[in-house]
Amino acid sequence: MNLLGKLSWDAIPLDQPIIMGATAFMVLVIVAVLSFITFKGYWAPLWRDWITSVDHKRIGVMYILLALVMLLRGFSDAIMMRAQQAVAVGGAQGYLPPEHFDQIFSAHGTIMIFFMAMPFVIGVINVVVPLQLGVRDVAFPTLNSVSFWLTASGALLINISLAVGEFAKTGWVAYPPLSELQFSPGVGVDYYLWSLQISGIGTLLSGINFVTTILKLRAPGMGYMRMPVFCWTALATSLLIVAAFPVLTATFAMLLLDRYLGFHFFSVDGGGNAMMYVNLFWVWGHPEVYILVLPAFGIYSEVVATFSGKPLFGYRSMVAATMAICVLSFLVWLHHFFTMGGSADVNGFFGVMTMIIAVPTGVKVFNWLFTMYGGRVRFTVPMLWSIGFMITFVVGGMTGVLMAVPPADFQVHNSLFLVAHFHNTIIGGVVFGLMAGYNYWFPKVFGFRLDERWGKASFWCWFTGFYLAFMPLYAVGLMGMTRRLQHYDNPAWQPWLMVAALGAVVILAGVACQAIQLVVSVRARRQLRDTTGNPWGGRTLEWFTPSPPPAWNFAVLPSVGRFARRTPAKETQDYKAIEMPNNSPIGVITAFFAVVTGFALIWHIWWMAGLGLLGAFVTLLAFAFRRQEEIEVPAVELARFDRAHPAEVMP
Amino acid sequence: MTDTAFDRPPGDPSMPAESEERESAGVLVYTIGLLLAVGLTATSFWVANTGLLWGPGVPLGLVVLAVAQMGIHLVFFLHITTGPDNTNNVLALAFGILTVILVVVGSLWIMADLNHNMMPRPELMNLHMQH
Repeated sequence: MNLLGKLSWDAIPLDQPIIMGATAFMVLVIVAVLSFITFKGYWAPLWRDWITSVDHKRIGVMYILLALVMLLRGFSDAIMMRAQQAVAVGGAQGYLPPEHFDQIFSAHGTIMIFFMAMPFVIGVINVVVPLQLGVRDVAFPTLNSVSFWLTASGALLINISLAVGEFAKTGWVAYPPLSELQFSPGVGVDYYLWSLQISGIGTLLSGINFVTTILKLRAPGMGYMRMPVFCWTALATSLLIVAAFPVLTATFAMLLLDRYLGFHFFSVDGGGNAMMYVNLFWVWGHPEVYILVLPAFGIYSEVVATFSGKPLFGYRSMVAATMAICVLSFLVWLHHFFTMGGSADVNGFFGVMTMIIAVPTGVKVFNWLFTMYGGRVRFTVPMLWSIGFMITFVVGGMTGVLMAVPPADFQVHNSLFLVAHFHNTIIGGVVFGLMAGYNYWFPKVFGFRLDERWGKASFWCWFTGFYLAFMPLYAVGLMGMTRRLQHYDNPAWQPWLMVAALGAVVILAGVACQAIQLVVSVRARRQLRDTTGNPWGGRTLEWFTPSPPPAWNFAVLPSVGRFARRTPAKETQDYKAIEMPNNSPIGVITAFFAVVTGFALIWHIWWMAGLGLLGAFVTLLAFAFRRQEEIEVPAVELARFDRAHPAEVMP
Repeated sequence: MTDTAFDRPPGDPSMPAESEERESAGVLVYTIGLLLAVGLTATSFWVANTGLLWGPGVPLGLVVLAVAQMGIHLVFFLHITTGPDNTNNVLALAFGILTVILVVVGSLWIMADLNHNMMPRPELMNLHMQH
């Protein structure tokens, strides 16, 4: 019996210069970061203030940091694909061999959805929701830390697959029979499945945490109809996570049983049905789209209202639209596989439902437009992203309604038209929203604003780059080019794809501008400091505490009337000591064992998988028997902090 | 879900505090629930094994007993009530049931339809025979 399972030196692709170069670069960056931390002696504060922290703001920041790092990884995949398709026509084969190109498009999709968009969305929810609700933390702070570290474990496994072994060549959806052992005997699909299983558990725990937080922990007086719209969208997203993610976990569990124990859930030869995988995958997959975009809608609602200097137009219709989408998102999943062979009844029903779900989304767009109408619109960076979103997302939505017509979908299914459509909605909807939120709440989290000029430069590069990169894909899609082509023979497509590659370069310039914006802002942080706690004139509760907020967010919980107001506490005796949850290393230790278990299962190292599971279980036991759960923050300290940071009084 | 009595923000002093259930009452509720659950389980075993009942009615009876069992669990163990402090739980339960129904019924419908379409049609079979 082999102690290391399938793992051997052959697993490292030494003959692939591109992969080895990327690996060497990754290792160099990691070594540089680690030695920088060691050299500066930052390990102790890093462990104390960040890694073991259960503070929702710090966990949120770590989520967003993870998302930004993975954005770079996923974006480099995108650049490689665009470069390959710009050159690989006719006799030219390009620079990427087919089996490597297959891994790149699979990794790009998986990373961008699960390890860029999801952590970014959950990170923003983490930072903002407890502050907007006027409470001190989420319902289960330690569980929150576990969620984050499990997500990070999945991301780590995906990155290990670059250096050790391979990634899936099946596309990010991993449909059987291609993803079954018979046709994908390598470890690629196993990397995909186990990293998503581990991070999926983290996401599910986050969803449970935020449903509980929003339903059970709100500032005194904050009824449902007084919650900010971002909290409503976070609630809808968390409900969708709780309802949809178990479906994905169960589907992947069945595929794992097929691959590891010879079951026949999705393999036709044993009486299984591969179409059931497609069906179940999209039962999760379509709500997932709304899991990503609803919080972005919430961000736009906050940003547009603040920078138009008006309350949001149609708050109640916005809430109703959000909850309508939350339910309707479970009624449209078949539109991802109209072409699988359904009859006119089935395809017609889901086509109509898909068109109906566009209605509440349209309501939202009109609400934002009417919020701006007659307002004093300030064209700050978050507002630019929001207006860019309204234009771009409507185009993406219209192509979506076009494809909701089953006969039309038959023409463009799996073509680059589809690829252009969903990038149009996900970049134009989700990414633009996250960038708006990043610029909007950055001063709240770090106490200084981001540089406006570089922010605007970044927006314009992203905006024009997006149109350059994806409008040509609509055209070649209509000309018949299918997705995931490593090589093609029709020279008429090449000019379009060269424009698309140019667009990707312009977006790269946008990404570079964002990096520069961060560096410039950190250097100029004294000039950009936010002393008021409310740099934009926002009206939700997060702006009525100092920037950055203390660990306890609010020394005295705000009480909410018709308008938000902050109870002024002036003397030390007005403060009461509060209890804050203790730091806990449980999250990072659990994640360590999760990575060990996942890696062992991928490579069939059974003893190591057993040890990993045992370790995770012992960690849980140790946590259950903990002695001290909370530390007390004395009233004197609260009073001292509030005197040092005279936060803004209500208008 | 509007500004009604059902929408009670936590810690709102204008609202009466949630009544703490006394421990003895809690034990009593669990005991009643346990007895009912055991009774229903025993009945379903008896129904399945006895020859006294009309045969085709047995599956229907089992379904009724199963639904009753679910109700007992929800009321006595998961404490789903109609009280105003329970709106969240009831809504969460309703959302969960709705989702499960949509997914299960939808999947069955889709898969049955696909299976039906996979069957070769008679006229196609005939064409095949003519070769």
